[in-house]
Amino acid sequence: MFIVIVGGGKVGYYLSRELIEGGHEVLVIDKDVARVQQLTDELGQDVAVRGDGCEVATLMQAGMDRADMVLAVTGDDEDNLVVCQVANRRFNVPRTVARINNPKNEDIFRKLGIATTVSATSAILAQIEQELPSHALIPLMKLRGGGFEIVEVKIPAGAAVVGQRLRDIMLPQQSLISLIIDTEGVPRVPNSDSVIEAEDEVIAVTKMESEGQLRAVLTNAPASRGA
Amino acid sequence: MRALIMGCGRVGAALAASLEDDGHDVTVLDIEPYAFRRLPPTFRGRKMIGNGIDTEKLLAAGIENSDAFIAVTQGDNRNIMAAQIAKYVFNVPRVVCRIYDPLREDIYRSLGISTVSPPRVGTALLREALEKSGPAAIAAQPEETAGSEEKAD
Repeated sequence: MFIVIVGGGKVGYYLSRELIEGGHEVLVIDKDVARVQQLTDELGQDVAVRGDGCEVATLMQAGMDRADMVLAVTGDDEDNLVVCQVANRRFNVPRTVARINNPKNEDIFRKLGIATTVSATSAILAQIEQELPSHALIPLMKLRGGGFEIVEVKIPAGAAVVGQRLRDIMLPQQSLISLIIDTEGVPRVPNSDSVIEAEDEVIAVTKMESEGQLRAVLTNAPASRGA
Repeated sequence: MRALIMGCGRVGAALAASLEDDGHDVTVLDIEPYAFRRLPPTFRGRKMIGNGIDTEKLLAAGIENSDAFIAVTQGDNRNIMAAQIAKYVFNVPRVVCRIYDPLREDIYRSLGISTVSPPRVGTALLREALEKSGPAAIAAQPEETAGSEEKAD
């Protein structure tokens, strides 16, 4: 594949090195002369060119019209957005990937036609959430369109649902428990007779707006009697 | 009309003052509070500090109730991204975006964004001014004069 990488910082450098090792044809575009020289010294001739990755003239010279994929990995979200849009709309590049710094931009990029985004910030946040026991519900993946997502819920020992069969648990509308992973790490697809145990991990599909309700149902302690 | 202007440079500030003079309700957004010095002392509109590609800042600046959004920061891509957020995420009825690079302007204009490219407009106006300054002035320019002026620069 011919892959154009816009942004020759650390991400761009390591990406290009790996991709070249993988046998791909790679071209890195960066605005900074010194950086381009450095990349040329390390990666070889004709791998890096100096230029503005958003400028049509630069991209034409770079052979953007025959690129199979464009990776926009500069440190600025707005630049990465424009790189992908220009590559896609002007040069008909079939696949574009944008690096995102502000996790809130994932949604905006999707609305503006850039489906594939990678956010280190989101990845680190997700990691933190997994490490924190207080975050009982972890969104795993947003499903495109329809407002659904897949979430993971760890069932606390004192939760009201412990020992209950699925058929007796009132889930929010448009929510479904699709997998139960027990403490041994063994996953099973549940049926209505499956029983939830303490410390089980539950994978569920839910509407995003029902997330809070689902968390409450699966993690809240039984309502105390007499209160 | 409620107008939200992103970028309080010379153009942003002058546009803000001009819209306000015509009775419009104007909010100006800039990442640098020092930029607001360009607004006239009589300016009564809101001055907000923040980055216009951050949706939270746009919400705080009242984009949901804005009738017009004008992106005039120094960065083409910032303007392009903010204008698209205004148009396609917040459905602002009037969105105008400044794009210096004429080639990029072509692309985004064809995608339905209202754009202005100052180099393109400026070139046309300069050309017109030059022609109006008298046909003799262009045609009969002696080469020596042009050369000596260049050296003087």
